[in-house]
Amino acid sequence: MLPTAAFDESGEWLNVELTAEDWPKLAGALCKDSHLALDYMFCLTCIDWKTHLTMVYHLHSTSFRHNIVVKVKLDRNKPEVVSVCKCWRTAEFHEREVYEMFGVNFLNHPDLRLLILPDGWEGKNPLRKDFEDPINMIRL
Amino acid sequence: MYRETQIIKETSPGIVGETGEFTINVGPQHPATHGVLHLVITLSGETIMKVEPHLGYIHRSIEKMCESLTYRQFIYVTSRMDYLSSHINNHACALCVEKGMQIEVPERAKVIRVLMDELTRIASHELWWGAMAMDLGAFTPFFHAFRERESINEIMEETCGARLTMNYNVPGGVMQDLHPDFQRKVKEFLKLYKSKIHEYDELVTGNIIFQNRMKGVGMLSAKDAISYGCSGPTARGSGVSSDIRKVYPYGIYDKLEFDEVLETGGDSFARYMVRIREMQQSIRIIEQLIDNIPEGDFQAKTKAVLKLPKGEFYTKVETARGELGVYIVSEGGTTPYRIKFRSPGFSNLSVLDHIARGSKIGDLVAMMGTLDLVIPDIDR
Repeated sequence: MLPTAAFDESGEWLNVELTAEDWPKLAGALCKDSHLALDYMFCLTCIDWKTHLTMVYHLHSTSFRHNIVVKVKLDRNKPEVVSVCKCWRTAEFHEREVYEMFGVNFLNHPDLRLLILPDGWEGKNPLRKDFEDPINMIRL
Repeated sequence: MYRETQIIKETSPGIVGETGEFTINVGPQHPATHGVLHLVITLSGETIMKVEPHLGYIHRSIEKMCESLTYRQFIYVTSRMDYLSSHINNHACALCVEKGMQIEVPERAKVIRVLMDELTRIASHELWWGAMAMDLGAFTPFFHAFRERESINEIMEETCGARLTMNYNVPGGVMQDLHPDFQRKVKEFLKLYKSKIHEYDELVTGNIIFQNRMKGVGMLSAKDAISYGCSGPTARGSGVSSDIRKVYPYGIYDKLEFDEVLETGGDSFARYMVRIREMQQSIRIIEQLIDNIPEGDFQAKTKAVLKLPKGEFYTKVETARGELGVYIVSEGGTTPYRIKFRSPGFSNLSVLDHIARGSKIGDLVAMMGTLDLVIPDIDR
């Protein structure tokens, strides 16, 4: 089904790494399949690796108690990935947070606006590694 | 540019269009939000059409701050996230570092941590109970709740040196040994609490006015609770088994006897009952442990400079509000490369719009109260 996916079972949970094109297909299968039933997304975040961004989705099944971690590699200059808030409603808020903190553009998101940061912060992404704020940021 | 003035200008009360819908602001300074939460509510008459939270008034970017703090230092910042369960936040971070370093924590430290966790949980629920009743117009319960909460704070102050931001956990155990008076004080507290617990039901739970304001208000189905990522008492009020202490036991919770509190009502009253019953389970845990604190070290011997191996570490614990996840990505250095706190309040708040739609504006405080929102936890 997913020729580009890479699996890693060395960690605590099963890790799946795949491209942004394959992700919506897998996401639909993960939340709808009755044998997987990964209905609870307990963490959604992004990591800035300086060369690329990685979206990390932590999923849990409340009926079978298994977990899976999905990682989607994104282009750092033009990060785009399809929103998954149709499968997991909690993703709507979490994706808005990632959008403002990392500048990831979520396609088909119903309401992609700044959530925490005040207006005028579009385009500045505080959690990226190259973010500089000479006034408010203290480096230790 | 001041965002709040702009929003207030844009959404100034007045009838918009032919539908008769209009918007009002609740907050950022509102007594029922327990902090600087700003809700922009679209109303049609008295019926809520939409609730839109505006966050970030106390955003400190703790995640970014932690990237420049060492594994010993970053724990202290996390006390300021959910300041009502700060000990449990510290516990989660200490567990995550210990998992990465593979530090074996002494049995005594584990017991002390769990004891403090449960005392924190009771103190947090006490404050919630008093504030919740005050939101609904009853002022007396607040003082009753603070009477018991004060004795917990005294216990904390003696042993940890602080009343709210305890900072008692360190990687490898706890910072110092228990105060000699600890056991006596806790037993006194248990006695006090048991002699007063019936007042809670007499004052609030059994009150018909209170019940009418809570029952059937803010209905949340189990399926929606899971989909919206709700956890803690919010999810358990809808019958979703989500207690991390049972599902992923940490510390010594797997050896303890206690029940996961579940209610199936799904309304505000069910969420209220979960917290009331949870306090009794915490008492049960403390009673099992208070006479059985093992002797030994309170802290494992660790290196002066902690370096987590390259990799990713995730731990979750049950705070008073729900599931707190700590996700550390390490590159092998002395500071985390990326750290993410999955805070329970953030996901629990996202469900507010869903449960409030179609209900009356007066019921909004009952819903917000039973979600038990703590704003620094949401903003981080």
